[in-house]
Amino acid sequence: MYDAMQAETVTITGHGGDEIEAYLARPLVVGPIGGVVVIHHMPGYDPETREITRRFAAQGYAAICPNLYSREAPGASPDDAAAAARAAGGVPDDRLVGDVAGAAKMLRSLSSSNGKVGVIGYCSGGRQAFLAACSLPLQAAVDCYGAFVVNTPPPESALRISPLLDRADQLACPLLGLFGAEDGYPSPEEVAELDRRLSELAKPHEFHSYEGAGHAFFAVNRPSYRPEAAVDGWRKIFAFFGTHLQG
Amino acid sequence: MCTYLTERVAITARAKGTPGWLKVTDASVYFDHPAELPAEHSLNIDLLAPEKGPSARVAVELDPAAALGLARAVLEMLASAPQGLLPDDVAAAARAHLAGAMG
Repeated sequence: MYDAMQAETVTITGHGGDEIEAYLARPLVVGPIGGVVVIHHMPGYDPETREITRRFAAQGYAAICPNLYSREAPGASPDDAAAAARAAGGVPDDRLVGDVAGAAKMLRSLSSSNGKVGVIGYCSGGRQAFLAACSLPLQAAVDCYGAFVVNTPPPESALRISPLLDRADQLACPLLGLFGAEDGYPSPEEVAELDRRLSELAKPHEFHSYEGAGHAFFAVNRPSYRPEAAVDGWRKIFAFFGTHLQG
Repeated sequence: MCTYLTERVAITARAKGTPGWLKVTDASVYFDHPAELPAEHSLNIDLLAPEKGPSARVAVELDPAAALGLARAVLEMLASAPQGLLPDDVAAAARAHLAGAMG
């Protein structure tokens, strides 16, 4: 089996025409193959998220992770960039949508592309994956434990975002949701409310909540890592993207 | 969760990192995900020199008990410093905090 792949830092055109950094990983094949936009978690465009991006390439997808903190901290280390971005109140929603649009456009421009692009995000990126799926023409979306899709951030938080439930009717692709049953953000009640609303709207979606897992159970470098949930979650992700992004 | 809970404080201080001493003018104190500490959340302090860019930062990530211990130690040190070595109002405020909120 030929399994060569290439992974590199590239520049893409994001929101407002800004040039932003991104990490592109892809199998060296003629195609046609699907694409995946990876939205990093709040701690940033870190080595673990770039490893996730390579994992999608190893599974046969062209994958790209835009550095959402490129503007606040060009060239800075991921932890310094994350500190600067959080001090500024996080990534504005419209900028996120523009950056994901730029990343998806880049994937579709590859000669190997089949034109299909999915999005996946973790932690704050889970909410942002849902936002992107309600705002852009994508073929599949995965929300990994994104908070504040249903509930409003606490008033003392500096996070300047709003819930997204009122946009659920604009969800334009199938959604896979992977959650920890012991997570408080999003809580099981919040997940259940989103599930209920998407069912009312007849939006194709598939939610799984793992017992014994809380927030960030995919994060291999954190004590929150739960191998059983993560291994099963990865299987579900690849089955889901296989259905919606291949061919 | 990503809490984004932050207190921003203007400071007069120096902090040593790489490559050397920084004239820091701002501090962010926040409770959120750490980058390095093996915990889901931590009390984080960034000492910043914003005019030098985001990498001009001296950062610590403390578990909550360590943060409380550090805060108490800072207040005790200010409250017990020999008279005349620091402004009276600072010493009085430190003693008041120790007697009240942290007592």
